[in-house]
Amino acid sequence: MFENAALQIGLFIALVTAISVPLGLYMARVFAGEPTILDPALRPLERVIYRVCGVHPEAEQNWVEYAVSMLLFSMAGMLVLYALERLQQFLPFNPQHLGAVAPDLAFNTAASFTTNTNWQAYSGETTMSYLTQMAGLAFHNFVSAAAGIAVAIAVIRGFVRRSARIIGNFWVDLVRATLWVLLPICAILTLMLVWQGVPENLSPYVRAKTVEGATQVIAQGPVASQEAIKELGTNGGGFFNANSAHPYENPTPLTNLLEVLAIFSIGAALTHTFGAMAGDRRQGWALFVTMALLFVLGAAVATWSEQSGNPQFATLGIDTHASALQSGGNMEGKEVRFGIVDSALFATVTTDTSCGAVNSMHDSLTPLGGLVPLLNMQIGEIIFGGVGSGLYGMLVMAVLAVFIAGLMVGRTPEYLGKKIEAREMKLAMLFILIFPALILLPAGIAVATKAGLAGISNPGPHGFTQILYAFTEAAANNGSAFAGLNANTLFYNVTLGAVMLFGRFMMMIPVLALAGSLAEKKAVPPSAGTFPTNGAIFVVLLTGVILIVAALTFFPADALGPIVEQLAMLRHQLY
Amino acid sequence: MKIWTAIKMTFVLTLLMGIVYPLAMVAIAHVMFPFQANGSLIVRNGRVIGSRLIGQNFDAPRYFHPRPSAAGDKGYDADNSGGSNLGPTNKLLVKDVRARLAKVLEENPGISAGQVPVDLVTASASGLDPDISPAAAAIQVARVAKARGIAPAEVASLVRKYTRGRFLWIFGEPRVNVLMLNLALDNLKPAEARPGAD
Repeated sequence: MFENAALQIGLFIALVTAISVPLGLYMARVFAGEPTILDPALRPLERVIYRVCGVHPEAEQNWVEYAVSMLLFSMAGMLVLYALERLQQFLPFNPQHLGAVAPDLAFNTAASFTTNTNWQAYSGETTMSYLTQMAGLAFHNFVSAAAGIAVAIAVIRGFVRRSARIIGNFWVDLVRATLWVLLPICAILTLMLVWQGVPENLSPYVRAKTVEGATQVIAQGPVASQEAIKELGTNGGGFFNANSAHPYENPTPLTNLLEVLAIFSIGAALTHTFGAMAGDRRQGWALFVTMALLFVLGAAVATWSEQSGNPQFATLGIDTHASALQSGGNMEGKEVRFGIVDSALFATVTTDTSCGAVNSMHDSLTPLGGLVPLLNMQIGEIIFGGVGSGLYGMLVMAVLAVFIAGLMVGRTPEYLGKKIEAREMKLAMLFILIFPALILLPAGIAVATKAGLAGISNPGPHGFTQILYAFTEAAANNGSAFAGLNANTLFYNVTLGAVMLFGRFMMMIPVLALAGSLAEKKAVPPSAGTFPTNGAIFVVLLTGVILIVAALTFFPADALGPIVEQLAMLRHQLY
Repeated sequence: MKIWTAIKMTFVLTLLMGIVYPLAMVAIAHVMFPFQANGSLIVRNGRVIGSRLIGQNFDAPRYFHPRPSAAGDKGYDADNSGGSNLGPTNKLLVKDVRARLAKVLEENPGISAGQVPVDLVTASASGLDPDISPAAAAIQVARVAKARGIAPAEVASLVRKYTRGRFLWIFGEPRVNVLMLNLALDNLKPAEARPGAD
């Protein structure tokens, strides 16, 4: 089994590398407005959109205007989604006659999809009409991803431009990310998914009479088109409750591979876009390699822990050994076609990024297997990361890393020739400190209140992990869940909804401010004292800084949850 | 000014990505892959009996049994997918697994606990897992053969025929689709299918 796991993880990272380089260079051309192969089809459409919406594509914005445009657009989309949910019973494409979504759940879901989180306090097949799924949810899957890419591109411009006040036009970046990047890849991915068995229809649910004579109602829908953008845009909101574990969302090992590749591809590609725009490809490679190292570490631990399984099962005498005839390990909450390795791989990938799709139930993971997704999110989802948010999160960590290196040698830190001074560090620290505050404070309130504790479904330390996981994924805009937590309550809908909004926009604004501040600076030529940020030493330093910041912040909380539970499990303690 | 741009952009992109894109995909998918686009449904005698991708429950000894399911109240509820979400140190999980193991051992005489693979006594993630591991099929061969009055070797060879390997010998896990295997069993020798053998 070890050989197969190593082979799968190794091949996967090789494929990610092979896809991300050309895609990253392509994106650098797209956002520079250079000619691409898709121009003949898309340029006319682009011009019509600008004319209808009153956008002047040549007029670039400073960071404040850019941020305001992004916020207004997100607000408008959030209101439309809320309205669709509340009014779906009066609207078309609702063959199951599903009723209006309750106000607190509609708010939570609108916040969730606007922020690229896709936390789902509802069950798709019993709550949302096909129109809400397509025009509400899948629309946000596209534009929240495109907005993330746009902000990342603006931030890169801030890092690489010199003595400039403007960092691009939000509307242009948004439209180009949607039409040139997301749409063509999604169209191809959709058809590959349908080929493998993912449904794409508008039919009512099918009533089947099973072989043994029971009635089985089989949910249908335009699944494949939503599945494609759900993975590519690192959104993660499933069409069905079981998400990518559902055989209609992820029917074969091939679709599973396509889905994990789609989740990583844009986040990985943006490191190369960054390198190309910075005029030094190795700057991008340094970030890529750091991310790849952290990914392999997480995937290895998760696979090992899940394959080791639950000692309780071994006590009962069940066969949990991997062999040619079964995957063994901890199969509670996993699918046979994925077994241990593909499930652990998916759990790692979906939390390295802000995706949050799941192909196994994370609530049933072994404690250490569940700690990996939790930690991946706690370090800020910067391992390839959410589309856009992963790159700008990693750039903030890079700024922190050069600052620490500067402290060690007593020189003013520089990144890409820009001096990192007090203002930049304040903004970077704001970015780094808001995040744990958004997780630990509300999680603390939840465990101290009746309304918070009422959601727990697994007693003991696991119950605390359920709450910690929920606020971590909300702040990190992930959307995966320890799904046993009963979160469709007024308390959780409101608190988690608010945390998602803060976690998205209160992080984007400081990072855009940082970009605006850097754009204004002159570049200083490298000197003998300049710390090179494109080599192996920087990769080691950056990895260390990322792990130390996360460990210092979250170790006490994690120790009370998954770490205690692991020790309890090994001692056969049950709750 | 900007607020109008934001509103107009929302409507234009909703139309493009929320309506045109999915409907175009529905149309193209129906032309290229009509069977899959409609849910890979299996029709026998003019009636839909299920989907080859969606697991369904089997209780009778003459059929291979699927994995435990937490979808809906009775399991295999295909408009209410989901797992048990029981944590690894939850007493209820151990209680459930113990009960399922006892049931498997009772249904398959001659099989010991050490032969029962973990997937046959744990709930799947979707509650609709269409597959069992080849090991889980192997321990049911004797029971199915006996209930049908046919040679175990014949059943075992059918299991082998319906076992799918890894994708490119690397990705995923070997598996047996329970519904397809059971349909093949029913097609095996319709003349000899004994009424009341359930």
